[in-house]
Amino acid sequence: MSATAYGWLVVAFPLAGSLVCGLGFRKLPGRSAGWIATGAIFAAFVSAIGALFMLLDHSASDRELTSSLYDYASAAGLDIQLGILVDPLSVFMALVVSGVSALIHLYSVAYMTSDRGFARYFSYLNFFVFSMLLLVLAGNFVLLIVGWAFVGFASYALISFWYRRGTATAAGMKAFVINVIGDIGLVLAAFFLFRELGTFDYLEVFDAAPDAFSANDGTIVAICLLICVGAFAKSAQLPLHTWLPDAMEGPTPVSALIHAATMVTAGVYLIARTHVLFVLAPTAADIAAFTGLATLIFAASVALVVTDLKRIIAYSTISQIGYMIVGVSIGAYAAGLFHLMTHAFFKALLFMAAGSVIGAMAGAQSIDRMSGFRRALPFTSPLLAVGALALAGAPPFSGWLSKDEILVFAAERGGFYWIFAIGGYLAAAMTAFYAFRITFRVVTGEPCPEARELEQGHLAHAEPTNPMTGEPEDTDVGFPGPEHHIAERDLPMKVAMAVLGVLATIGGAVQIPGVTDVIDTFLAPTFESSPFAGTVPSDSSAYLGLLVGAAMAASGIGLAYYLYVVAPGTTERLRARAHAAYEFLSHKWYFDELYDAVVYRPVIALGSFANSVFERFVVQGIVAGTAGAVKGVGVIIRDAQSGFVRAYALLLVGGFAALGLYFLIVSS
Amino acid sequence: MEEVAFFVGAIGALGGAIAVIALRNPFYSVLALVVHLVSLAGLFLILHAEFVAAAQVVVYAGAIVVLYVFVAAYVGGIEEPLWEPIPGQRLLGPLLAAALFIELSIAVLGSALSSLDSQGPTIALGFGSPSTIGELFLERFLIAFEAASMLLLIAAVGAVVLAGRRAAPSEQEQP
Amino acid sequence: MDITWYLVLSALLFATGAAGVLIRRSPLVILLCLELMLNAGNLALLAFGRANGDQDAQVFALVVMVVAACEVVVGLGLIVAMYRRRLPLNVDDMRSLRG
Repeated sequence: MSATAYGWLVVAFPLAGSLVCGLGFRKLPGRSAGWIATGAIFAAFVSAIGALFMLLDHSASDRELTSSLYDYASAAGLDIQLGILVDPLSVFMALVVSGVSALIHLYSVAYMTSDRGFARYFSYLNFFVFSMLLLVLAGNFVLLIVGWAFVGFASYALISFWYRRGTATAAGMKAFVINVIGDIGLVLAAFFLFRELGTFDYLEVFDAAPDAFSANDGTIVAICLLICVGAFAKSAQLPLHTWLPDAMEGPTPVSALIHAATMVTAGVYLIARTHVLFVLAPTAADIAAFTGLATLIFAASVALVVTDLKRIIAYSTISQIGYMIVGVSIGAYAAGLFHLMTHAFFKALLFMAAGSVIGAMAGAQSIDRMSGFRRALPFTSPLLAVGALALAGAPPFSGWLSKDEILVFAAERGGFYWIFAIGGYLAAAMTAFYAFRITFRVVTGEPCPEARELEQGHLAHAEPTNPMTGEPEDTDVGFPGPEHHIAERDLPMKVAMAVLGVLATIGGAVQIPGVTDVIDTFLAPTFESSPFAGTVPSDSSAYLGLLVGAAMAASGIGLAYYLYVVAPGTTERLRARAHAAYEFLSHKWYFDELYDAVVYRPVIALGSFANSVFERFVVQGIVAGTAGAVKGVGVIIRDAQSGFVRAYALLLVGGFAALGLYFLIVSS
Repeated sequence: MEEVAFFVGAIGALGGAIAVIALRNPFYSVLALVVHLVSLAGLFLILHAEFVAAAQVVVYAGAIVVLYVFVAAYVGGIEEPLWEPIPGQRLLGPLLAAALFIELSIAVLGSALSSLDSQGPTIALGFGSPSTIGELFLERFLIAFEAASMLLLIAAVGAVVLAGRRAAPSEQEQP
Repeated sequence: MDITWYLVLSALLFATGAAGVLIRRSPLVILLCLELMLNAGNLALLAFGRANGDQDAQVFALVVMVVAACEVVVGLGLIVAMYRRRLPLNVDDMRSLRG
């Protein structure tokens, strides 16, 4: 089978899985929906590998294969195909997405066992993977937007999966609204491209763009900025990031899949895919890079103080995606995508470990209540540490190699791009600190009551409550199920975490500077037209960068060790002394309050004004007024129906006289 | 000569008409109608419509008025109440009728009708005689003739049905 | 004689009949006034026929007479029926068709 046939299979399997689970949710026995869904994603992963091999069969210059299934619109100057593009970038993304998704599905089979919405969950999850794969394999902007929108919907459906929880549904709506803002940007960009170039197809657009636009032309800058709007909304960058921490209301595997490994990386993929346009608009690329830098510093600072375990990891995601955005905006495409891959591994692992810990805590998520799980969770704790080490960028884990590759490239470009390198390294230190804040808090120290219970072999149980607000809940449909699951007791969770742990550890080996070059060479055909293809840092600067990165990681870990293990209680004293700074950070730099005041309140005020004034007086006035007028006329006419024959005769004669008068006047 | 005849007929017709609408007793109104009809017959004679004049007297004044007389006698005098239930009718009725008359007069007097020959064209002998009318009826207007006969038949049957002596509901209610 | 005179007379008789219909309340008298109007029309017809030298007008007038006769027959039948059922012979009392 050809590469494109495999490409279609990659997209088809999750769709089939979603339909089967969704339509047959009553008929499917027991937990088979989970296995069907997991099998579908594994099949997609295998097909992606098949596509990879078929693609490698082609020579390096011939690796852009398209295939169209259906002529969607072919009239009036439009030519939109239902077509996919199989090239190194899309195959790379498909492999990462399907591989990590398969492991997360496996994890979910155990994690969501007791949930009454089991089949619905897997239907949504499969649908999400289908949309994400459609997004990365799309061959034109229209199908991209279709996949983009589907992914947004799937995210909404999965965030508010426990729909009886008020906080979850509110978070889902927030995510959807911000996603729509991004959709607007992307759709407008596509329209502008069509207006300028007359086509939506990727290959045609990228061929025609360098001729149609001069460098930093106003139009192309606008197009790229609109693409950035879409990318930032989906990837939760400043200022459209507020939805991601709230999206932690969804089940933990959903957080792992959508909000760490795959959906939020769609923005990075988009910028990498449209790099031809960004090369033509350096202004927009720089704006994107600075936004990524600002985001990564902001998110790292907030992660220092937030106390909900999943939200710390969420801010970490925002921060790491900032790195990726910086990477693909300044031209380090392979490095940015490499970091995407390694981040998928260790972030998914972190979320899975977090899920296990939260299960041991009977649903509680605040790290203030967690401590000393090292004996109670002998499998989860080391894997948590592995994930944290990879996140912190400690050698020899994968995060170290990928993060530093971006920063070294920034330094190599020189000029003001040094600011990215410096900012990136500082934030790396912060990253290491908060990564080990989590680890030391959860793993070391005196075992908390739940940990002690677990050491005695008994999983803690608590009344089901909403982890954010503390209000009591039920375990019926629409709420989390009654059981809690930890990796030590559930084999699927264990297997998935183990595989990711191995990948997080050795995954960096594919791109060791001076030794291996797998991703660079693989992705080279896609990015060969970029002016940065020749900007390759020398091995010595690469090693220097790695050394600095390791030093940053060590300092962060060391500080965390001091604050949490050696001298516990220091953080309380720091908090008391730097109270204002603490408040600022823990309120997430007051972004939510800002949006509330600037966007939400005015819109609500406008809406209530429209309701009370416009609706009541103008619209109702017109409608009721019309009805009243008609009724009034009816009242008048009704009076004429008196039943008196002579009155009718009078009207007759009167009318006749009037008619005669008219004709007399007209004819004179 | 013709003018005198015209004015005599006109005054008779007009007087009869006003009497019809003004007199309280319906029986007297019927008699006034007779005067009106006979005056009109006179006018028809001046207009060389002899057969129509004859028919007017025989059919209208003869048969139709007799019908009226019978019914007036049967029904008896009707007391019309003095007050008017419809507001404005007593004022507007005559007013609108007068307006109608004025408009028609303006139309007749002010229009090109005044260009008509005052005497009219010379008419052939036998104009308006029964033979010519009969020929017209049976040749050109045969369908109208037959239709009129049908109409008469239907009207007669209808009248019998309407006024026929069948058990009235009020009589049926009595045990 | 100028036919204008006949036409004006016809208009006057017609208006008189119309006024009678509007003023009087007894159905019998209203029918009489209808007769006035019909005859006024006949007069106008014959005047025009004389002015144009056309005998069709006289045929028309005869048919009008026939129709008037039928209408009178039916109308009087109605009045008799009303009287038989002891309904008040007052046009104003027949108003069950009011809207």
